[in-house]
Amino acid sequence: METKTKFELKLGMATREAFGKALVELGRENKDIMALDPDLSKSTFTSLFAKEFPDRFVECGIAEANMIAIASGLASSGKIPFASSFSCFAINKGFEQLRVTAAYPNVNVKVVGTHSGISIGEDGPSQMSIEDLGLACSLPGFTVLCPADEVSMHALVRRAAEHVGPVFIRAGRPKVAIVHAASQRFEIGESVQLIDGHDVTIIATGLLVAEAIRAQESLEAESISARVIDMYSIKPLDRSAIERAAKETHAIVVAEEHLVASGLGVRVAQVVAETKPCPMEFVGIRDTYAESGTPEELLQKYGLMASDIVAAVKRVLIRK
Amino acid sequence: MKKTSNVDELQAISKQVRREIVEMITHAKSGHPGGSLSAVEIVVTLFFDVMRHDPNNPKWPDRDRFILSKGHAAPVLYSVMAECGYTPKDQLNTLRKLGSIYQGHPDVRFIPSLEASTGSLGEGLSIGIGMALAAKLDQSPSRVFVVLGDGEIQEGQIWEAAMFAGDKGVDNLVAIVDYNHIQLDGFVNDIMPLDPLPEKWRAFNWQTLDIDGHSIPALQSAFSEAAANKGKPTVIIAHTIKGKGVSFMENNPKFHGTAPTEEEMGKALLELA
Repeated sequence: METKTKFELKLGMATREAFGKALVELGRENKDIMALDPDLSKSTFTSLFAKEFPDRFVECGIAEANMIAIASGLASSGKIPFASSFSCFAINKGFEQLRVTAAYPNVNVKVVGTHSGISIGEDGPSQMSIEDLGLACSLPGFTVLCPADEVSMHALVRRAAEHVGPVFIRAGRPKVAIVHAASQRFEIGESVQLIDGHDVTIIATGLLVAEAIRAQESLEAESISARVIDMYSIKPLDRSAIERAAKETHAIVVAEEHLVASGLGVRVAQVVAETKPCPMEFVGIRDTYAESGTPEELLQKYGLMASDIVAAVKRVLIRK
Repeated sequence: MKKTSNVDELQAISKQVRREIVEMITHAKSGHPGGSLSAVEIVVTLFFDVMRHDPNNPKWPDRDRFILSKGHAAPVLYSVMAECGYTPKDQLNTLRKLGSIYQGHPDVRFIPSLEASTGSLGEGLSIGIGMALAAKLDQSPSRVFVVLGDGEIQEGQIWEAAMFAGDKGVDNLVAIVDYNHIQLDGFVNDIMPLDPLPEKWRAFNWQTLDIDGHSIPALQSAFSEAAANKGKPTVIIAHTIKGKGVSFMENNPKFHGTAPTEEEMGKALLELA
């Protein structure tokens, strides 16, 4: 992956590391903040919190279902627990508990899933979370956030702690480009328009935001003007930004490191269908599981690169 | 509400609760009478004698917490909470009807003084651990009581929770297994036997007490022993009879999840007079 573009993309820290650091900061400010982890704290970076606040860190052992429901009990007694794990384990092994002990009673639990998508690389599909956004969004009352870089992760961990109700935050394993200015504001239910354009809008989330910026540059070289939006709030969605994109650019490409069948794209498409229908294309993982490989090889093979976004833009423009 | 340690008074309350359970479920035309009736003395002894709680101040931070992890026995909890004054007694017979606060399984959205929404088996013990840990962090005297079904402890999450609480010495947590030996499809021993049950909990580092779950003095003494015990969580294996108090429901798997008819209700209420 390139690290420099005209947009000055500099490589920053992984979003999982930004989460771990933000949680320590929050812990210093609020004694009710807690962290729970099922034997992955070195990978999720909650080890930083554990080191500074051993009394407020709950090592759960490899038992995710128990962890999520313990977090619910803590939240019911006034704590603000952040339960973290690899996204696939937190969401899949804890899903029933997220449903019955967090979503349904609207308990103030925060779940952070790291190592999401296929960019985890060599470990392969058992560790890759490609269904998590869909599953988390399917839970009534859940807020679902997918930060693209360290700046947005830092801010959105704070928004999650301030929000009263269950929240899922998606984080990734690899270091990622910084796409946001340090002064950028982030609010649940909003989005950030990174680049304006009038021919097409690229709505991206997570790792694909940087790819969308790279795609915009090559499109510009071909005189195609693309708007780029970081849709970090998967639920609730920024409906007005989507409606504006549909009305003003008349074509939308959605890009995400997730199954296209159940991620951001279908949710955006619903808003487009309800407001100002326009042609859309979807960049994401098709109906398949990936395999072992380097993150770069996998993103290339499974069609999640800037070049895939460019191709999708060209397809959507033909249909405009 | 008037709290009491008097066994005769607690037995009288238990009989009243049994009558209400039978009436509620008959009016609802569906529900789980057997496992509600087996847990009556456990729940009555906790709410009327053992637990520190105040129906006039249900969110008192230092209160003891009660979680009915076997949420299908909701009628016993509803009846006891109504007797305590948490919820209106005159609405008990709206159980399971649209708009009723007495939902099919305990639901905090309808009764905010409940500690947890339950109904999906296996989850209450973990929730209880979270509340017990929060109490310890806050240096609160609050204790947490979780009633588990015997069939329920076939769920794997129970043993994740048991391993956790035993390892961390969560000694302000008390689990009560309502060991009535019957689950939906039949007898526990035919479906997935639990024995040797005390040995299982001991192996997970719990203080384990084995008692008659219909004996109020035995329950009182077990809860005292649990309170005195430091360093380990306590499990009370309460041997009970499914459908206890109604002759034709006792030990009858049919009444795990079948409502009595009007005629059966009449017979049952005569026995509980």
